[in-house]
Amino acid sequence: MKIGVLALQGAVAEHIRSLEAAGAEAVAVKRVEQLDELNGLVIPGGESTTIGKLMRKYGFMEAIREFSAQGKPLFGTCAGLIVLADRIEGQDEAHLRLMDMTVARNAFGRQRESFETDLDVKGIDEPIRAVFIRAPLIKSVGEDVEVLSTYKDEIVTARQGTLLAASYHPELTDDYRLHAYFLDMVKEAAAAKA
Amino acid sequence: METGTSRVKRGMAEMQKGGVIMDVMNAEQAKIAEAAGATAVMALERVPSDIRAAGGVARMADPTIVEEVMKVVSIPVMAKARIGHYVEAKVLESMGVDYIDESEVLTPADEIFHISKNEFTVPFVCGAKDLGEALRRIQEGAAMLRTKGEPGTGNIVEAVRHLRLINGQIRKIQGLSKDELYNEAKVLGVPYDLLLGVHETGKLPVVNFAAGGVATPSDAALMMHLGADGVFVGSGIFKSDNPEKFARAIVEATTHYTDYKLIAEVSKNLGTPMKGIEISKLHAAERMQDRGI
Repeated sequence: MKIGVLALQGAVAEHIRSLEAAGAEAVAVKRVEQLDELNGLVIPGGESTTIGKLMRKYGFMEAIREFSAQGKPLFGTCAGLIVLADRIEGQDEAHLRLMDMTVARNAFGRQRESFETDLDVKGIDEPIRAVFIRAPLIKSVGEDVEVLSTYKDEIVTARQGTLLAASYHPELTDDYRLHAYFLDMVKEAAAAKA
Repeated sequence: METGTSRVKRGMAEMQKGGVIMDVMNAEQAKIAEAAGATAVMALERVPSDIRAAGGVARMADPTIVEEVMKVVSIPVMAKARIGHYVEAKVLESMGVDYIDESEVLTPADEIFHISKNEFTVPFVCGAKDLGEALRRIQEGAAMLRTKGEPGTGNIVEAVRHLRLINGQIRKIQGLSKDELYNEAKVLGVPYDLLLGVHETGKLPVVNFAAGGVATPSDAALMMHLGADGVFVGSGIFKSDNPEKFARAIVEATTHYTDYKLIAEVSKNLGTPMKGIEISKLHAAERMQDRGI
């Protein structure tokens, strides 16, 4: 399975390392043409305003919607989760608008409120170490969205079919289980297509 | 639940990678920077070139400016404290600033000791011009590094020198044997454990940005080509004729630093960049990079 990591800005190398550790072939994606050869795509953490702006500039909005419409999975972490969301609190405009959820940016406050904690995720046996950095939260989800984990009653991991979103950074730890979970989604999607 | 861990502090800098951090002096400039795609802004009272021109003692910005900037943008806000000025850093932390730059651009408050940054919840970025400085700052708790370059000159030569030196030193460390490493730690004046980490991984344990002299989109792309994780632009943007266009051009050139046609495109009609200063014309006392080693 070949997975791309959108490399316009943010923590790209860490996702590539985690995907490789989970058994995938991983590449940095800077141009829309590269999407054709991929089975799945990660939208990494970074600054969502910067990533969103560059995605628009280089035609990634339409290209990734098309990629997703072909049934190929997407995984957004932190800023990537914001980019996937249909609605962003306090903003008129969202980005990809693929996932039926409303998100709040910088929901925990500023950097001094950033933290790490153990987190139970549905479908993964033992808790994972989750690093929240100026993290967003999922404030509400549509009925097709499955909540995979909550922190203090707020949604922080969710899945809608071939879309996976986490408000924290699994790529900043040596625990590759959430990446392996995504890789399973990619394999299922590829099998369903074949 | 733990705040202020080194993973949380260093991780915040990881999220800035491939991005441009811009110096701003007021809310209006901060909004221009955010709209242009900056990944963070550095709130300042004066940009380095003005600090040079004004002379005298340069200190932490008026908190009003920092607060004003924090109010209008949703991207992270950084601010500068003087080298060794624990209280300026505590003041900035209390205000909720997202990152503190313990910076040689300001007049040092302490000629020997840097701030003990491990004690803070807020992360710090520090300047370095060689591997020794880089690892000493990390030992003190810096969660991000940048080249010192020579701020406010619009001359990239010092930033190039510093990044090349650090990366060359890293390659050299990789090739040393364990017994040679002990001596090298002594020579560089750095903790052995950190040096061993560099030897084993071939890289610094924190993100390293380019700073100090970036004046054009090509300058930003050159620093990325040389291995910088991202770019700080100080005086370059708001000292140019068309800051908005200039800021966007720097952002795009940083993202696509190997796409030379694109860099040519975004570099067209940017107007006059800042004038710039030949480094050899600076007196020893004017060299900011020699502060805090």
